[in-house]
Amino acid sequence: MAMDMDQLRRIFYEECRENLEVLERGLLALDLGAANFESMNTIFRAAHSIKGGAATFNLDDISHFTHVMETLLDEAREGNRQLDRQTIDILLRGVDCILAMLEAYENDAEYDKSEPDAVNAALNAIMDSDDSASSSSNDLSSAPLSTDLAPQEPAGSDIEKWAICFVPDPAMLFSGNDPVRILRELHALPGGAEVRCDPTHLPNFAQLDPEKLYLRWDIQVDGHVPRDEIEAIFEWVEDECDLTITPIHRSVPSDMDAASTAAEAPATEPQTPENASSSEPPPAVKKANKPAVKSDASVSSIRVDIDKVDNLINLVGELVITQSMLAELSSDFSPERLEQLQSGLEQLMLNTKELQESVLNIRMLPISFAFNRFPRLIRDLSLQLGKRVELVIEGENTELDKTVLERISDPLVHLVRNAVDHGLETPAVRMEKGKPETGMVHLNAYHQGGSIVIEVSDDGSGLDKERVWRKALDKGLISDDIPLCELTDSHVFNLVFSPGFSTVEQVSDVSGRGVGMDVVRRNIEQLGGNIDVHSTVDQGCSFKISLPLTLAILDGQLVKIAEEVYVVPLISIIESLQVDSRQIKTASGVQLYRLREENIPILRLKEEFGLGSTDDDLDKQLLCLVEAGDKKVGLLLDELLGQQQVVIKSLESNYARVPGISGATILGDGSVSLILDIQGLITQFLARVSDASGHIAAA
Amino acid sequence: MANILAADDSVSIRQMVSHTLKEAGYHVETANDGADALRKAKSKTFDLIISDVNMPVMDGIEFVKQVREVQQYKFTPILMLTTEGSAEKKSAGKAVGATGWIVKPFNPDTLLKTLKRVL
Repeated sequence: MAMDMDQLRRIFYEECRENLEVLERGLLALDLGAANFESMNTIFRAAHSIKGGAATFNLDDISHFTHVMETLLDEAREGNRQLDRQTIDILLRGVDCILAMLEAYENDAEYDKSEPDAVNAALNAIMDSDDSASSSSNDLSSAPLSTDLAPQEPAGSDIEKWAICFVPDPAMLFSGNDPVRILRELHALPGGAEVRCDPTHLPNFAQLDPEKLYLRWDIQVDGHVPRDEIEAIFEWVEDECDLTITPIHRSVPSDMDAASTAAEAPATEPQTPENASSSEPPPAVKKANKPAVKSDASVSSIRVDIDKVDNLINLVGELVITQSMLAELSSDFSPERLEQLQSGLEQLMLNTKELQESVLNIRMLPISFAFNRFPRLIRDLSLQLGKRVELVIEGENTELDKTVLERISDPLVHLVRNAVDHGLETPAVRMEKGKPETGMVHLNAYHQGGSIVIEVSDDGSGLDKERVWRKALDKGLISDDIPLCELTDSHVFNLVFSPGFSTVEQVSDVSGRGVGMDVVRRNIEQLGGNIDVHSTVDQGCSFKISLPLTLAILDGQLVKIAEEVYVVPLISIIESLQVDSRQIKTASGVQLYRLREENIPILRLKEEFGLGSTDDDLDKQLLCLVEAGDKKVGLLLDELLGQQQVVIKSLESNYARVPGISGATILGDGSVSLILDIQGLITQFLARVSDASGHIAAA
Repeated sequence: MANILAADDSVSIRQMVSHTLKEAGYHVETANDGADALRKAKSKTFDLIISDVNMPVMDGIEFVKQVREVQQYKFTPILMLTTEGSAEKKSAGKAVGATGWIVKPFNPDTLLKTLKRVL
């Protein structure tokens, strides 16, 4: 059982995270004044589920902490309380606290208790300050944690028996309760029960309604059984029966007492059952089962739409049918059945392709998973920086591979943070510029061809071309032999992604866009994507990220280098051309290819991979022009083969990391082919020939 | 063994309930909310129903009310999962025809013990 509890607890962690998101999103929406009963109810339910689940899985800190939030939200839901901005602030801090506790539980670590304590105190203060609201539900809030028992009968030793008179309501069966089960339970008590049925109220047969109860019972139970244990048995039917429980005392003199308690007993009956129930769940497992769960990073799961799974099952079914058809063909094959074979293989190909798409589809999650954190981020930032910001989100249902989604989150946060921090102006400045006081940050995601595009834009001050250029000059990122006016905007703006730029804390007050942008770009490029920036002074700035839909499969161009087949990701290729040796010249030891006003450095793959030296007769060779970031290189190779989708296998996990190679794949003939890491190759190559690189970048 | 229908909007609770009951040899089907549970209840026969109170789409109280009106569930035991001692919820549940309640948080043992009272 312990093993299973661990598993279930992990499901709870995941679910708790989702509920926290719901809670946060709901609270943020309330902040904007979008309160209605349904949204309040959703918020409450999220808190309620967190508390309930946490308690069930013995995460006491979380359940206790969430209890206060839940109580407050319950009051708000019932309309007994208005949630003002301060309260929402504190509730949001509460969300962070729960998340911190959750992470502590997951990692079996400690967390800082001061923040939860502070939030708890603040919430209690809010509830105490408002008497009208707290009076109705505070009693409810304190009930669960106190387990004080009802006044007990005087010590049980002198009670010989309990005399129970049980008169069920005629309609009791309609609540699903059955006196037989109650009697069975009484029988199961230590010492058993003596039961005497009183049939005197049975009507005559003609008037008997078989769905009603006419019987009554007089029962005697051993006096050592505590009273509340008996009451617990009748707990569910307390209002569906007349019940008296009278102690029969051993000694004669106490008969008087017995009579008096018997008289009181029915009156006190209805109040007690609640206590009986709250004393029931034994806290025995609480300590023993303290989460010994080490969060296992390798175990991660996704929740998949059942339709997607159904679709997969259907496809596998199709595949099985095709397979048996082919098997049947092979067992009895003759040349005249060739056509049948071909159509079977065609079917197989179709099935496989569909299956592949569907399987990949399982990993696809809507980008809202990444976008969801931004309303909160924007809210916090705008408070912190004294700016007014409106966040517009579009395309949140666009789906993206889970791995890509996880790895794109941080770069996005960085971009959004920058947009608010450096892009948007303060309300006063915006007014001066004749813009609305409230600035806008726009997140958008959409599909474009085989990739997904994510845009982060703002209507702030934009990038100042000259300032960026000067800074790049100061940092030695570019040479000054080409005047600014001859450089394109995009050329200059893309300098903000240069590694040197990031060490500057700000480009200037107005257009400081430099912090960590190189890291952002590197992350995106590691995903096989790229990022581009557009900006207009005083109108804003826009970052456009293109990403491949998945990391598992890629469209590849097969190329041949010295009899070896390599895969070049199609997305990196600009064009391929027959080498014309007249266009080649050498500068500072690097061969450059002159192509339409551009000098492209030539990277000889054969030498790069140590496969021998390139023939002198370059005219027989091909040049494959590839691009990563804003750098272009021409790959010199022997032959272009076909294009095909290849399944990426990690080289790192099967062998070791190899510079210039991003992975491997298995081709149709069973041979292994390496996939080129264009970004890595270019960086490596240009670092070697760094002398020329400044020149080339500007060319 | 008895057929049990358990409705809860929380995946972890649902899995825990269903796991516990299956271990104990019961047949279990689960539902995500009241509406789902009602549909499932009508599609086959259950000997016992367990339902959470707070659920989206259709809450537990409304579900019990409606399922009690279905002929075959006239006398079926229906247990509500209520939080702590919430007296209101208990009486609201009783009012629409719930048989009894299981107090949350519960552990597998309490769950089985409570079930034995009605099965």
